[in-house]
Amino acid sequence: MTEKIDPEHQEQHIVGPPVYLTIVITLLVLTAVTTGVAFIDLGVFNPIIALAIACFKASLVVLFFMHIKYSSRLLKMTVLCGLFTFMLLMTLTMTDYISRAWGMW
Amino acid sequence: MSTIISLPDQATARLPRKSFLNEEYGIKSWLLTGDHKRIAILYLVSITFFFVIGGALAGLIRMELLTPPSDLMATDTYNKVFSMHGIIMIFLFLVPSVPATIGNFLIPLMVGARDLAFPKINLLSWYLYMAGGLIIFAAMVLGGVDSGWTFTTPLSTHYLNTHVTTAAIGIFLAGFSSIFTGLNFIVTVHRMRCPGMTWFRLPLFVWSHYATSIIMILGTPVLAITLVLVALERTLDIGVFDPSKGGDPLLFQHLFWFYSHPAVYIMILPGMAVISEVISTFSRKRVFGYTAVAFSSVAIAVFGFLVWEHHMFIMGVSQYSALVFSLLTMLVAVPSAIKIFNWTMTLYRGSITFETPMLYAFGFMGLFTIGGLTGVFLATLGMDVHLTETYFIVAHFHFVMVGGMLMAYLAGIHFWWPKMTGRMYPEAISKVSAIVTFIGFIVTFFPQFLLGYLGMPRRYASYPADFQVLNVFSTAGATILGIGYLLPMLYLPWSLVYGAIAGDNPWQATGLEWQIQSPPLTVNFVEIPVMDHEAYDYEWLANKTVHEVQTVG
Amino acid sequence: MDSHSVATAPGELVGGVDPHSHPSFLRHHFESVGQQREAASFGMWIFLLTEVMFFGGMFCAYLIFRNWYHPAFVAGSNTLDITLGTTNTAVLIGSSFTMAMAVYSAEMRRRSQLILFLTLTIVLGFAFLGIKAVEYHQKFVDHHIPGPNFSIQEFVHPSNPHAIPLSPDMAQKTQIYFSLYFAMTGMHALHMIIGISLLFFMVWRASQNAYTEGHIMPVENFGLYWHFVDIVWIFLFPLLYLISRYR
Ligand SMILES: [Cu+2]
Repeated sequence: MTEKIDPEHQEQHIVGPPVYLTIVITLLVLTAVTTGVAFIDLGVFNPIIALAIACFKASLVVLFFMHIKYSSRLLKMTVLCGLFTFMLLMTLTMTDYISRAWGMW
Repeated sequence: MSTIISLPDQATARLPRKSFLNEEYGIKSWLLTGDHKRIAILYLVSITFFFVIGGALAGLIRMELLTPPSDLMATDTYNKVFSMHGIIMIFLFLVPSVPATIGNFLIPLMVGARDLAFPKINLLSWYLYMAGGLIIFAAMVLGGVDSGWTFTTPLSTHYLNTHVTTAAIGIFLAGFSSIFTGLNFIVTVHRMRCPGMTWFRLPLFVWSHYATSIIMILGTPVLAITLVLVALERTLDIGVFDPSKGGDPLLFQHLFWFYSHPAVYIMILPGMAVISEVISTFSRKRVFGYTAVAFSSVAIAVFGFLVWEHHMFIMGVSQYSALVFSLLTMLVAVPSAIKIFNWTMTLYRGSITFETPMLYAFGFMGLFTIGGLTGVFLATLGMDVHLTETYFIVAHFHFVMVGGMLMAYLAGIHFWWPKMTGRMYPEAISKVSAIVTFIGFIVTFFPQFLLGYLGMPRRYASYPADFQVLNVFSTAGATILGIGYLLPMLYLPWSLVYGAIAGDNPWQATGLEWQIQSPPLTVNFVEIPVMDHEAYDYEWLANKTVHEVQTVG
Repeated sequence: MDSHSVATAPGELVGGVDPHSHPSFLRHHFESVGQQREAASFGMWIFLLTEVMFFGGMFCAYLIFRNWYHPAFVAGSNTLDITLGTTNTAVLIGSSFTMAMAVYSAEMRRRSQLILFLTLTIVLGFAFLGIKAVEYHQKFVDHHIPGPNFSIQEFVHPSNPHAIPLSPDMAQKTQIYFSLYFAMTGMHALHMIIGISLLFFMVWRASQNAYTEGHIMPVENFGLYWHFVDIVWIFLFPLLYLISRYR
């Protein structure tokens, strides 16, 4: 059990059916919610809510179905690293698109 | 302080009876191998093949530019020649050059592992590379591509009738080969280090390759999807990059350069990896500021993702955004400079010897510094408008890629040649070739800075007669450079048979790879080593040698 | 709580490794089963990072064009069949569940249960692709596939009296929407097809008891891939199907 001292290593966990069932039901409910909300006019909040729900659903899948909640710090960092680079691509590209027409009216 | 270490007497060295080279024989044992060292050799051979083709195309370009009119070839042939030169040199030579050959060979040895984490994926990566390379080769033979290596839309999607899609498929496959190489390296460095090999005991070679791998796995897929979209645009006319349908050609540029700027760090970081090892070994000193050099590699990888828009300053991007990217681009110079300064400090009061790898390393430091500093010129918005798309930029990236990476590649090949083959290259002629390469390089590319500054645009087959003198210089230099590259291709194979036997550690270097026999066994280490000293610990090596002599005597 | 640690597999001894207890699936260059398993799962995650960036390029394009041509995106989105889309989301989430259960079965070393859940995943995967095919066919009938046969008729003169007609210029931009729709869902479907092919292989291997004797890594890693494909769809669904549905 000395392996536990190293933060990069962690013991494998088995996640049981009760967790999976809870998660899948939550995901299905959230799918219904996001579809339902889309039919209500909330202005700018429509896409925000849709994305928030999608992010939440994705986190559930990553944390429980993909076992990240029980994984080593290295894997957690890996997931964050992917998100970070993805956001980098989006935001830095957007710096151009957002400001392209500034001062040209 | 450097430790005085005398090189071992190679007259007594013997080739080991068993090594990865004679473990198995036959073509099948090579093509189905899982051994990272054999895959490295496969890569070495195939990369050299594509380098020769790319070099021949470069020769054609220089020959055409000897005279002002386009007389050697028609202008559209010229377009195809420089496009293929770029595509082959970048995707088939520079990107895999050091990582896939030297890196593949050495990373498991340096971290003290028996192999990379996924040998089969490593082999798959070579097959993908070959498939991609042959498809690109086919595109060239069947009629060529004339979009430039940048595949600028809508030119590449709507106005060209050449094999753009074929080349894109080839690059897609070659891209996945480099993703798999990067994936393998990252997992190996994280998971396969031997006991005692902490992160800060890793050779800087490994740090640099780790940083390179980060770019490979995060940048390359963006290029892949971009090329898929270009191919879809050409075949199905989907319109994402087509301004006539409301698409945005600049979006292509963003996505393309999101990979292709970091890609220049894929091309240079492994070169820096080699230089760190070579400079330390031939100064007999620990690399000055180890931690700073290690982190500067990672910093280059991270900053590399923040600067891509500098390729688009003249394309109509937002001026405000350009301002931000200009600043960020200059920031990348900081970690690069840290490396150069630290290498210089490593040389200071070291006991320097001038073996061939060291000559190449000196070439690297000088030429890369010029290449890097001219990059700062180009990062400046005002200068960039004047200099982009001229020969200035051609000279700039050739200083970094050829003067930097190719020098480092040759330094690395010479440095680890004894480890890979068990035999020494001929020292005298290789020193000549290193000097010839350096002179040839300067004569070829320095005039191009002047040409660009005077306003000669790149990618044209003809030019005003005023520019001829400098172009003649450049072409003459290219001939010298060609000789400089030809020599190693002759004497290195020669040395396989006639070279002196190298022995385990001909340079008295400290890396784990030098503490085992050369060429190594298929399993690398009979027993997994335990690392009990810092990297570049020449005291440890001196003590070890003394100790060995005592036990033997 | 509802999760507990596995008993240490044979060969996973810490420190000195007993050479006699190496299971057959331990590759020679790894020191222990634990190291091999960690390497494999880390490698899979790295691969998923590249997948994130692969899809990332298209999400980036989507974000830009949605802002530029919002009316066209609204109109395009409203032509998609919400019932089929929602059903498909549920189907895919269900398949993720069965896949997670397959991993659990492998961990518990229950062969027939593993085969059952893998097969269920295949069935749900095919269900998803079938529904997708129906939707694609509908788009083909409506001439909403980008290219020379694309028709903007429906957007300039909508048959639905509640829909807001677009100017011909903006209606052209629906082609961008459908380009992205087909590129993104197509690339997603391609990942599903690859996944289903691998599933067939895994059912065959599972029937040979390959995964139920401690070597669960292939199932676990494939599970990660399958869940990733699910996540992509979790984002595609609101982004493509749910733009201003209240219109
Ligand atoms: Cu750049």
